[in-house]
Amino acid sequence: MEAFTIFKGAGVPIDIQNCDTDQIIPARFLRRDPADEGYDRYLFHDLRFAEDGSEIADFILNNPAYRGASVIIAEINWGCGSSRENAVYVLVANGIRSVVAPSFGDIHYNNCMKHGILPVRLHRSDCDTLRQQLHDTPGAQIALDLEAQTVTGPDGKSYDFEIDPFDKHGLLNGLDEIGMTLGHDADITDFERRHRDDFGWLEQ
Amino acid sequence: MTGKTLFEKIWKRHIVTKRHGQTLLYIDRHLCHDGSFGAFNRLRQRGLGMRRPDQTFMTPDHYTPTHTASLDDLEDPRAREIAAAVEVNAKEFGVTAFPWGDRRQGIVHVVGPEQGITLPGLTMVCGDSHTSTHGALGCIAFGIGSSEVSHVLATQTLWQKTPKTMRITIDGKLGFGVTAKDVILAIIRKISAFGGTGHAIEYAGSAIRDLSMEGRLTICNMPIEAGSRFGMVAPDETTFSYIEGRPFAPKGEKWEEALTFWRTLPSDDDAAFDVEVLLGGDAIAPMVTWGNSPQDAVQVTERLPDPDSETDAERKAAMAAAYDYMDLKPGMAVTDIRPDRVFIGACTNSRIEDLRSAAAVAKGRKAVIPAMVVPGSGLVRAQAEAEGLDRIFTDAGFDWRLAGCSMCVGMNGDTLKPGERSASTSNRNFRGRQGPASRTHLVSPAMAAAAAVTGSFTDVRKLMEGS
Repeated sequence: MEAFTIFKGAGVPIDIQNCDTDQIIPARFLRRDPADEGYDRYLFHDLRFAEDGSEIADFILNNPAYRGASVIIAEINWGCGSSRENAVYVLVANGIRSVVAPSFGDIHYNNCMKHGILPVRLHRSDCDTLRQQLHDTPGAQIALDLEAQTVTGPDGKSYDFEIDPFDKHGLLNGLDEIGMTLGHDADITDFERRHRDDFGWLEQ
Repeated sequence: MTGKTLFEKIWKRHIVTKRHGQTLLYIDRHLCHDGSFGAFNRLRQRGLGMRRPDQTFMTPDHYTPTHTASLDDLEDPRAREIAAAVEVNAKEFGVTAFPWGDRRQGIVHVVGPEQGITLPGLTMVCGDSHTSTHGALGCIAFGIGSSEVSHVLATQTLWQKTPKTMRITIDGKLGFGVTAKDVILAIIRKISAFGGTGHAIEYAGSAIRDLSMEGRLTICNMPIEAGSRFGMVAPDETTFSYIEGRPFAPKGEKWEEALTFWRTLPSDDDAAFDVEVLLGGDAIAPMVTWGNSPQDAVQVTERLPDPDSETDAERKAAMAAAYDYMDLKPGMAVTDIRPDRVFIGACTNSRIEDLRSAAAVAKGRKAVIPAMVVPGSGLVRAQAEAEGLDRIFTDAGFDWRLAGCSMCVGMNGDTLKPGERSASTSNRNFRGRQGPASRTHLVSPAMAAAAAVTGSFTDVRKLMEGS
């Protein structure tokens, strides 16, 4: 997994409350391989493209000023709904490195972590401020520092954020979680032995 | 010392170790479906084996067609490949599977309880956000992403942050014609689409105790629509009598041993929850959603809410966008909304009791709009046919289908046409959920059947009085 330490990139405001993962990538694209040519087009597909494949002009990602954005500033409950990790694959395919929102769907939040995308929970009024600044100055930059746990807006104002130490450690080091857990093999084996005594009725 | 909650009692028995504040949680049983193919591929690519194939179970549901018994009828070769991968992966890794064509095949959240795979006191996961459904039997069951599925396949564990706890108590008695689906929609309306985020929900109170197992499965299906990954009901005699004798449930001495343990699981009287929510069961009426979030729910007797009465500017804008997408107007009566199509099914409402309740409304009437009934499993379908429910539906002009996720998820061929409006017993009314530009209204099976035979949302209690 790609590590996340510090990053600075253009921000894009997505003003959709409860933006569910069906919006981020519609279900009919879940069968597609993230390595496929054109996978990036599935991001917000039905909000971005009309039935004939033409761009819907007033959707923000179709505005040339936001096309290269790599940080999303979102609304409450970003990534709620379906557990589809494809909603993260498609962010990666579009070069998104961080999503800043007042709150996240819990499963999507965890999924982001597995692909080096930093999910940042920030106070709602601060997200509102950042989105407004990005509307006012398209293409403005957002800076993130995971070690220091700060987000810095286009005006240079910094905001502190909280992150679980486990998640922080994993992202900073680009940790392979399965590899790490396999290192606990002896602990798991010990547990299974105790658990078999406790839950003997469960064995087939 | 204060008592422990149902959730805490199970969680603490599954802690393998801790690191940087997170818990390595042992997973007792793992459910997979056709959409889990990516997780198996990842395992293969890394040359990893499975730790507990004996506690992993798999059945195809998301991609499977419901109009044909032959996978060859699938137009997209990629969909065919994915549906067939269940058997390939099950054989290669030694997993128990109920593949396409097996009469036990069905929606994974229907099959688990039905087969006795789901049991009180367990930790269970599945790569699907509606996995909390299984919590209805008094276990910790939650939805995970595909990387986490690979992690469980390889290690039988997951790194987890301990969630906070929330108890939702529904006292009183549900009124005539009010179902578990109406209860969960009323709850989500009250606590919002994110009110449960970061929390494990336990449902309690007399109205919950009185629910059948099927009803409990319905309310435990939808906490994710309120932001929570977990929904649970304490196991009791209803639970035990539901489980006893099911294929994968313990038998004989093991059954007695399990029962003794399961009886210790309910939350202690002095257990403390981080959040308490109270709702009066008597006040709940049949519900219908009007917008694009499950929190946009109103009683069938109400008029649609006015965005101008909202003080929050963003909420106001969200409501206006939903009205625009759904082609509805504030202030209109729910009963004036006319769906084009009816879908009865999904992991929310495709069990035998759901079908009975819809059939009771359909009996002797005729559908005036296209309606389909999709049983949750091959066994539910067989049971319904044994009871003659299929005849009631087909006589009323409803389409009687094979088991699968069907029109809940818009990825298996069962979809609405652009602009079409459904009365649907599924769990999500998101934009485009049932196909591009589709419009979904969530309701109970009885309310869906009432919409089918009247052509508009109708207070089903009136039809029931007359029938």
